[in-house]
Amino acid sequence: MSRLPEPWGTRIDRTRPLRFRFEGREVMGFAGDSIASALAADGQWMLSRSFKYHRPRGILSMAGAEANTLVQLPGQPNMLAERVALCEGLEVRAQNVSGSLARDRGAVLDLLGRFLPVGFYYRSFMGPGKDAFLRVWEPMIRRRAGLGTIEPAATGGEFIAAHLHCDLLVVGGGLAGLSAAVTAAEAGADVILCDENTMPGGAATWQREGAAALPGLLARVEAAPGLRLMRKTTCNGWFEDNWLPLIRDGRLWRTRARQVIFATGAIGQPPVFRNNDLPGILLGSAAQRLMAHYAVRPGRRAVVLATEPEGYRVALDLAEAGVELAALADPRPGGSGGQMAAVLRRRGVEVIRATVEEARGRRHLKAVRVGGRWIDCDLLAVSAGEVPAWQLPCQAGARLGHDEATGRFRLSLPEGPLGLAGAVNGRGGAEAARADGARAALEALARLGGPAPAPEPAPETAPGAFALPVAAHPKGRDFVDLDEDLQVKDLIHTVQEGYGELELLKRFSTLGMGPSQGRHSAAAAARILAQATGRTVGEVGVTTARPPVGPEPLGLLAAGDAPVERRTALHGRHLALGARMQPAGAWWRPFQYGDVADEVAAVRQAAGMLDVSTLGKLELRGPEAGAFLDRLYTMAHANQPIGRVRYCLMLNEMGTVIDDGVAFRMAEDRYYVTATTGAVARVYADMLFWNAQWRMKVDVANLTSAFAAINVTGPRARAILQAAGSSFDLSTAAFPHLHGREGEVAGVPVRAMRIGFTGEVSVELHCPASRAVPLWEALTEAGKAEGLLPYGLEASRILRLEKGHIIIGQDTDALTTPDELGMGWAISRRKPFFVGKRALEMRQRLGLSRRLVGLRFPEGGKLPGESCLILRKGTPVGHVTSIAQSPTLGRAVALGYVHPEDAVEGTQVTAKCRNGTLVAAQVMNHVSFDPDGRRQEM
Amino acid sequence: MKILTCPMNGPRNIDEFQSFGPMREAPDPEVASDADWARYLFQAENQPGVVVEWWRHVPSNYFFLAERDIVTNRVLRTFDPGEAE
Repeated sequence: MSRLPEPWGTRIDRTRPLRFRFEGREVMGFAGDSIASALAADGQWMLSRSFKYHRPRGILSMAGAEANTLVQLPGQPNMLAERVALCEGLEVRAQNVSGSLARDRGAVLDLLGRFLPVGFYYRSFMGPGKDAFLRVWEPMIRRRAGLGTIEPAATGGEFIAAHLHCDLLVVGGGLAGLSAAVTAAEAGADVILCDENTMPGGAATWQREGAAALPGLLARVEAAPGLRLMRKTTCNGWFEDNWLPLIRDGRLWRTRARQVIFATGAIGQPPVFRNNDLPGILLGSAAQRLMAHYAVRPGRRAVVLATEPEGYRVALDLAEAGVELAALADPRPGGSGGQMAAVLRRRGVEVIRATVEEARGRRHLKAVRVGGRWIDCDLLAVSAGEVPAWQLPCQAGARLGHDEATGRFRLSLPEGPLGLAGAVNGRGGAEAARADGARAALEALARLGGPAPAPEPAPETAPGAFALPVAAHPKGRDFVDLDEDLQVKDLIHTVQEGYGELELLKRFSTLGMGPSQGRHSAAAAARILAQATGRTVGEVGVTTARPPVGPEPLGLLAAGDAPVERRTALHGRHLALGARMQPAGAWWRPFQYGDVADEVAAVRQAAGMLDVSTLGKLELRGPEAGAFLDRLYTMAHANQPIGRVRYCLMLNEMGTVIDDGVAFRMAEDRYYVTATTGAVARVYADMLFWNAQWRMKVDVANLTSAFAAINVTGPRARAILQAAGSSFDLSTAAFPHLHGREGEVAGVPVRAMRIGFTGEVSVELHCPASRAVPLWEALTEAGKAEGLLPYGLEASRILRLEKGHIIIGQDTDALTTPDELGMGWAISRRKPFFVGKRALEMRQRLGLSRRLVGLRFPEGGKLPGESCLILRKGTPVGHVTSIAQSPTLGRAVALGYVHPEDAVEGTQVTAKCRNGTLVAAQVMNHVSFDPDGRRQEM
Repeated sequence: MKILTCPMNGPRNIDEFQSFGPMREAPDPEVASDADWARYLFQAENQPGVVVEWWRHVPSNYFFLAERDIVTNRVLRTFDPGEAE
């Protein structure tokens, strides 16, 4: 393991060697190395096999975005080797190989490439038989093309989300970003600067130019009071009104910035030629990063391809690091590296006026052909133009245009609290980037209400881009998109298939869909498509940029969003009684305490009590409260006497039943209204929505959480309340069915309502949630002598089904009218208006298409399940909505929809069980138990 | 995430709000034809341009109106329904 001498290697600590394993082989690195840099120092350049052809791949950019560098860590697939910091004992494996990385059996696919044209999978995997793709092909392709392996037993990490606010967020900590951040912070702004690297500085950390300016800027960052520097932090998207996710490991900061400056730099574009994907072919900046950050010599004998002066700088750096320079290829007519070219010439480096036409090598670069001549080398460093890092600005509404005259891509932002600075704004190079950062900061300060108008932007510094020719090589293997193994001919074939628009080309060919999201293929793809369709590069453009910019762990998306879980005030009582709890919406409710049949029997023969605290509870006050309820519900409430309880049924504007409950008129101007557990949030919202339009004199309060409620029911219910101590007379005469009282039970203030519910005498006691436990305990105590049992949801469902009470949402659907339910009695004929009235009248004129009826099945026979079809002459006309064994009646009770002509008691209908068995059923009254309702009215 | 300015609670994140759709004038149910009533119930205009919409600030259950350009998604004004002319 040999490294360059200091000062090369600013990121590594040579005093702290680390041992790790790659593909089972022990490798040494230093603290501060990334996996990729340590492997490169060890001479291991091949990191992976490519997605489709299993070709050897390695480092391209050292910026950490390409599929080339994805490796498998224990339990963590698809980790970017250029970004993951090395640690002692790390087990690293290559991905997408069968056998070993060096001898990958999948490499044969490279030879079969011509049988696997672009888009082949859309046509090739159709048969044999039904679902062949899912049964046969998809698993095979997944094995062959899959990337890493997930760890199914992984327990997940710790993910934390938090919120940040600032005046200015600067994304990117290169010279432009640093300069913008310090300028704004020194003027008093509250600034966040986020940078994805371990140390800010951007290109100034690996290029000579600007390195001198860096310490001064970093000192100002340190000193500025209102500046927060967030290292190793990625800004992974832009959302409306400057809402940006900042991510570091398992942390997500949802950041709201009044102003944003993107100083995201520019992305080097690799040239396209045959075998341009071989390990050993690097962006010039990657070679510089390896040397400056990690003291890794990127090769022994190098060729440099330069279409811009920057390439000459790379060549000089390589020479200084002791890399033999075989040649510099500069295909620009009259292009020059200026003084740097003179230095190179003095060193005897040949400058060839041609581009690299082809490369050769099996697992690593062996030679390149320049101007028809093969030159041996193990490194090709390319500096062949860049594209502004467009992803974030384009999400924020910027457009990426192309200047045909200069060959440059350039971004233009919309008006708004946004700015660009540095290379992303066409102002690369140390001095220009620094000045542009300061300018962008002053503009942002001015938009924040600061005094100084910003100076005009300096002219762009990016050199006129020389577009390298991209023509398909007759033998192919000239890759445009390395992630997806797409060659020039693939794109041309895609255009020939008729996908001449970039967005279509992307979808058919998968161009830009890999981990690097088109970072290194944008320029070449745009040029190829422009040529193939006779348009300009600007007209072709780039594909729509969407968040996230890079991959992010799913755990982050869930961070901070704990599921909502509601418990009633009596939850602890239920647990103490050994209840089996069941979720009902967000609530937890007792499903059963013991034997359901015992619970049902207790209610029918003695008494039971049920926690109904989850019921919606709304209080309406105001002189027009009654009139308001009249417009909202189908029955008449304005004329409801004080102290009376009335059923209430709610329709939507389509005349469909959406909720029911009871309304207790407590005073002239005060109603207490219940709604179903699941619907109360919507009913409450709807009430205020309607009144925002009607402007009636009524106020609605949602007391659902404030009040608990217990239903005490059964022949002995009244005796139990008596024993618990009631402040009001409970006799039938004083407190009849469908009446309400305010008073105390067992010293607890209650609103008591006599309602149907189970069909027995039922008193619903509503009390402040804080008093629910004492009330429950007093009732339990008083009920001991009377055979009182707590009953759960299942017993409640059976009891109510025996009485034919519907459950909205189970026995009704999005079309159910009151007439279908046989609830015409609940519709006031006298009221001029209620929500849904007009539609209901229209639907009544259309006639009924079904009716909900009770169903009785032959004893001992097979029973259909809920939602099984009801047939009429073999045609479905309805379905079974509810069915349960009734312990009271010793048979099944059921509700279901039948044809209206069959809705006569005694009619035979047919139900179809899940296994296809047809069973006969007899149409019955809804109400199976005590049809006259005598028991509940006692 | 978009910011919407609630007339009662000030600027808040859009995920605190629920849209209740464009404000529509209901025809008089006593005189409207069935066809007109059905159109009122089911036909959404959905024309590009500025619409007046109902919004609800969910935590406070407060309903208000917003003028929004549905092409650019810019909210031009929010106001209490009491201020509607």
